[in-house]
Amino acid sequence: MAKEFVARGADLELKQIRKEFPGFVAIDNLDLHVPAGQFFALLGPSGCGKTTSLRLVAGLETPTKGKIFIGGKDVTSTKPHERPVNTVFQSYALFPHMSVLENVAFGLRQRKIDNPLVRAKEALNLVQLPHLADRRPQQLSGGQQQRVALARALVNRPSLLLLDEPLGALDLKLRREMQIELKAIQMEVGLTFLHVTHDQEEAMDMADTVAVMNLGHIEQMGAPEALYDRPKTVFVSKFLGQSNLLVGEVTSSSANSISIEVAGNKISVPKARAEKHKGKIAIGFRPEKATFLTKKPASSASTNVIGPGVILDIRFTGTSNQYLIEVPELGNITVFAQNIGQSPVIQLGEQVWISWAIEHSFGLSDLPAKSEKA
Amino acid sequence: MRFSLGKFTLPVYAVLAFIYLLIPIVYTFVFSFNNSLKTNLIWRGFTLDKWTNVCQREGVCEALSNSVMIGLISTVVATALGTMIAIALVRYRFKFRSSINLLLFLPMATPEVVLGAGLASQFFNLGVQKGIWTIIIAHIMFCLSFVVVTVKARVASLDPALEEAGRDLYANPRQVFWRITFPLLLPGIASAALLSFALSFDDFIITNFNAGSDMTFPRYVYTAAARGVPAEANVVGCAVFLLAILIVLSTQIRGEVKRRRLAKKH
Ligand SMILES: Nc1ncnc2c1ncn2[C@@H]1O[C@H](COP(=O)(O)OP(=O)(O)OP(=O)(O)O)[C@@H](O)[C@H]1O
Ligand SMILES: [Mg+2]
Repeated sequence: MAKEFVARGADLELKQIRKEFPGFVAIDNLDLHVPAGQFFALLGPSGCGKTTSLRLVAGLETPTKGKIFIGGKDVTSTKPHERPVNTVFQSYALFPHMSVLENVAFGLRQRKIDNPLVRAKEALNLVQLPHLADRRPQQLSGGQQQRVALARALVNRPSLLLLDEPLGALDLKLRREMQIELKAIQMEVGLTFLHVTHDQEEAMDMADTVAVMNLGHIEQMGAPEALYDRPKTVFVSKFLGQSNLLVGEVTSSSANSISIEVAGNKISVPKARAEKHKGKIAIGFRPEKATFLTKKPASSASTNVIGPGVILDIRFTGTSNQYLIEVPELGNITVFAQNIGQSPVIQLGEQVWISWAIEHSFGLSDLPAKSEKA
Repeated sequence: MRFSLGKFTLPVYAVLAFIYLLIPIVYTFVFSFNNSLKTNLIWRGFTLDKWTNVCQREGVCEALSNSVMIGLISTVVATALGTMIAIALVRYRFKFRSSINLLLFLPMATPEVVLGAGLASQFFNLGVQKGIWTIIIAHIMFCLSFVVVTVKARVASLDPALEEAGRDLYANPRQVFWRITFPLLLPGIASAALLSFALSFDDFIITNFNAGSDMTFPRYVYTAAARGVPAEANVVGCAVFLLAILIVLSTQIRGEVKRRRLAKKH
């Protein structure tokens, strides 16, 4: 009796997960909810516990504490083969004693699905590798192996697909193509994707929701635009894009905004965009939101200004240049400017003021470490 | 002059070494065609009789079939047990794991005379009647260590992620073993089995201590040697040797054919 494919994604919920390895806490206090049918990206630096989280969901590790729900069902103590979950492993883990086609058909055969080889061939078409069906995995390049691993998991149409950096070994062009393909499959079939990556562009581009992970816990989670627009911690502000941070005591507060005093400059942030409203806080802004002026501007209620500073370095990056500006007592500030007219827009060593809209500031809940240059 | 001498040293040395290695085999082979009477020491003319009528000589075929049976049973048991031990030793952490690793080397390091005599006295103390089964037990014991060591190397080189991938793809633990672990360990298990059979088939010392009146092929040859080994024994020896060569060649050829086929395809 052939079973039907699961056609819909299921939601995933991790509750208060803690995972200890001998003498090491890899994950602590992890709470995560991935709604059904979402493309969810888990983003974080190397060693922060991304793979461990996926292994917990797949059932390859058992949590020391906490519960895991898939589709509302508690699966914490079920075995991996009983979970409606498939994984694209970071190391591919293709079976070396089977052909590529048999690798892809493995899960279908285990579940006694009709026409496993036909479906496996379709999956190979999807990852653009139909011509390599008869080869052994050892005879493929890294990128090809990665795509086979993707096909092997996708072909099962699991309610929840776990992807551990599935595109890491691909070149830029193929990567873009696979990203589009992945996203299309996810939308079409309505599966839930939990996608691990440390490529922030990939995460922001593909995901409905991005969770930034650091040292075994989720720092912040939200839609990519919201996350980028309003990071809440130093880590997120630096990991997702670049940020300039200014630290100071809150000296004044109005109805809508609070201000700090740094090196003689008054920097404001809307109250609604600040995590903390008193004491010593860090206010940040994005390098592309700022502009520079060669003359000190008149003070205005809607903009922040710092300066004067000196252009220290200019890095050409194509459509825009990155300018590094040294501001006495403040440290180095980065500003991006589009190369619309002349390039660069300003010369090395020139004196400038930096200005950005108050509504583009964000106030963080923590402070950068002392050694960290703001 | 010195130059050309140096050039020839290696090939000459290699040829000499080969001749040295091959002389006993060639001798055995040639004398399996000797039209011998009671003894097989002097060349008395060529005949195929000994090859066509091996079992004519009393005892040769009984001894041979005993040896094959003992070899097969001990190989199967030792390979199955040894494989399980090897997997456990690599995969699971448990108390005394390292001591077991060490203990497994003991049977390999202990002189066979000691092992054989020790086992024989155990059987005597327990009042076990010596016979085919005591030989089999003894053979399983010493083959086990070799199997564990051979298979363990293979298990250690097996990526645990492959088994995890299998579990992730809906295979229960038994299916994972038979569809992933076992096929990947098979080359190691096969060489362990061949090694076991070879060890069992030609063991004399331990067998001699633990055999009752049952003959094995090595015992037969040893006993017969007092009066001169019959040519039929040469026939059996050569046949085993040829069989071994055949196995090696066929695996080599199979590998080569497979490689060619793949190369042609792509
Ligand atoms: N079996 C284990 N025993 C002990 N520590 C482990 C084990 N597995 C992982 N760790 C540790 O747990 C932490 C998280 O590991 P994990 O593999 O989840 O990182 P990751 O976020 O996937 O990193 P990467 O981006 O490099 O793949 C690491 O510090 C790692 O050293
Ligand atoms: Mg990882």
